[in-house]
Amino acid sequence: MKANFNHAIFAAIITFIVSFPLLGLQLVTGGTSMSVEGAEDTTFTYIFAAVAIVFLFQLFRDKITGALSFIPKPSVGHIYSELPRNKKQQLEKWFTVAIVALALLWPFVVSRGSIDLATLVLIYVMLGLGLNIVVGLAGLLDLGYVAFYAVGAYSYALLSQYFGFSFWLALPIAGLMAALFGFLLGFPVLRLRGDYLAIVTLGFGEIIRIFLLNTTSLTGGPNGIGGIDKPTLFGMEFGRRVKEEGNTLFHEVMGIPYDSTYKVIFLYLLALILVVATVFVIRRLVRMPVGRAWEALREDEIACRSLGMNRTIIKLSAFTIGAAFAGFAGCFFAARQGFISPESFTFIESAIILAIVVLGGMGSQIGVILAAIAMTVLPELAREFQEYRMLMFGLMMVLMMIWRPQGLLPSKRPHMELSNE
Amino acid sequence: MNNQTLLHVSDLTMQFGGLVAVNGVSLKVDEAEIVSIIGPNGAGKTTVFNCLSGFYRPTSGVVEFLGEEVQKLPDFKISLKGMVRTFQHVRLFGDMTVIENLLVAQHRHVNTNLFSGLFNTPAYRKAEEKAMYRAQYWLDKVGLTEFANREAGNLAYGQQRRLEIARCMVTEPKLLLLDEPAAGLNPKETNDLDNLIVSLKEDYHVSVLLIEHDMNLVMGISDNIYVINQGTPLASGKPEQIKGNPEVIKAYLGEV
Repeated sequence: MKANFNHAIFAAIITFIVSFPLLGLQLVTGGTSMSVEGAEDTTFTYIFAAVAIVFLFQLFRDKITGALSFIPKPSVGHIYSELPRNKKQQLEKWFTVAIVALALLWPFVVSRGSIDLATLVLIYVMLGLGLNIVVGLAGLLDLGYVAFYAVGAYSYALLSQYFGFSFWLALPIAGLMAALFGFLLGFPVLRLRGDYLAIVTLGFGEIIRIFLLNTTSLTGGPNGIGGIDKPTLFGMEFGRRVKEEGNTLFHEVMGIPYDSTYKVIFLYLLALILVVATVFVIRRLVRMPVGRAWEALREDEIACRSLGMNRTIIKLSAFTIGAAFAGFAGCFFAARQGFISPESFTFIESAIILAIVVLGGMGSQIGVILAAIAMTVLPELAREFQEYRMLMFGLMMVLMMIWRPQGLLPSKRPHMELSNE
Repeated sequence: MNNQTLLHVSDLTMQFGGLVAVNGVSLKVDEAEIVSIIGPNGAGKTTVFNCLSGFYRPTSGVVEFLGEEVQKLPDFKISLKGMVRTFQHVRLFGDMTVIENLLVAQHRHVNTNLFSGLFNTPAYRKAEEKAMYRAQYWLDKVGLTEFANREAGNLAYGQQRRLEIARCMVTEPKLLLLDEPAAGLNPKETNDLDNLIVSLKEDYHVSVLLIEHDMNLVMGISDNIYVINQGTPLASGKPEQIKGNPEVIKAYLGEV
């Protein structure tokens, strides 16, 4: 009890120290001078209430957490894991079909804003799945993943601006360019692990961003690149008028009146196709020798070497393939936005993608998809709390780490049938 | 007894700065032979293993494997040539299942081409089936079939030891380097291990180079024994010769 009391006092003091200058003091500009003033009385009431709550919670922490543990944890998995295996596979198949069907129907029933948001979610799903290869499977902590996203986006933007490449032509090139950068980053970091790797990749991400910012003559620097062509569907454009010679207009070909929603729906469906392809490819990769080798490398690098696996190739392949998916996502992002600038590729993006992977459960695809939805939709829903967004973000992370440190849906080992001979 | 020489080590020396960990060790392993290296703790036995398997680059000396000098090759290449090792502390892929551990070890046998895997070509499927067959065979051999889908890290210690040997065997090695395989095993498990090692030699014609402290095991199965003390070779010969060697007894028990 005494230890708890001391701890509670300490926590309360910290709360006060942190919250008082932030909320209790205000900078007021009066003419040319600036002065510090206290905030309104209600704010102080809130601060002291917060201090009191922290104090009481820490004092009775054992009892509170004890009481909370009686609340049953949401465990669908419990019922699920008792099902026989073939039933389970069937269930999974139907579940997948249902989700894809729902995703296909989605843009036709919801508002335009929701479609836009869903497209954004899909971009993050793609990024999360790509980073999942590097972090979740191969166990290489990459804090500069956004660099490959930027490479993909700028590949398309530059190719489109200078050489008039179409989206479809630029998509594989953007993937390849990002993969090349992944490969190049892989070389210097081959010997690094954990913290050291994180620092180098963090630096790499910043180098790419600052490079894009400073090569003004080529990339437009902070002004970015605008007027990037939107993707076309078999030469059909979704604008009101034909932009490029030789193309036709979607609404004219279909014989329907022009509606700007078509474009949004088309972009959404395009993103959906890219995501489904990504999911399919990565699902196969994980079950292939290269996927197994990634996981083995995460588990024990020395054992890998002793079994004749070339860690150089394994690491490079993880970086390269992971980066390629960011490249595809970047290319799509550039096409959707029509405008990109280095602003879109700051460190916070890397952090969000990493948070998606960790929140979802390392290595788990479904988990990553759920986390991408949560991380994108929740901040949108909480728009009114704009100022407190990052605060809630942090709170959510802390709560997750306490209650589900393994992530929303941690990956399950594949079950392999043995042949009985 | 005209067996071919698999491994021939001459004058192997390993220095770490001023410290000479291994000093002029020579040894020879023939085909289908069990050779043991014994010596007090800290004698440099594991350092010898690290030099042989390419984890360290020896300061001087020649390691000849299958008539080829390998002391300058990187570790994974030596393993690909057929000299595979285990570790003093079990090094399994703990979060992966038992069967996955055995599949991943066959990396060099399977089709690693990305596209044949993505499109599930017949050649790829055949290679995977073969890998699965080999994995099941060795799983059965070491008696772990019922644990196939269990995570390797959750197995009992003795089972983990056996799995580690099975994981080496699926790579189809010619020479197995076992670093204290009996450490931490109970008498029954040690006995099983004894039988397994002898079976590797007799049924699969695999040679074994063994580091072990369990003298019953060593004396029972070795064809040849090398004794190392403080990095320097002390004696070598048949088990009976070593047992009676006063130098060896002195090294183990100290001055009597």
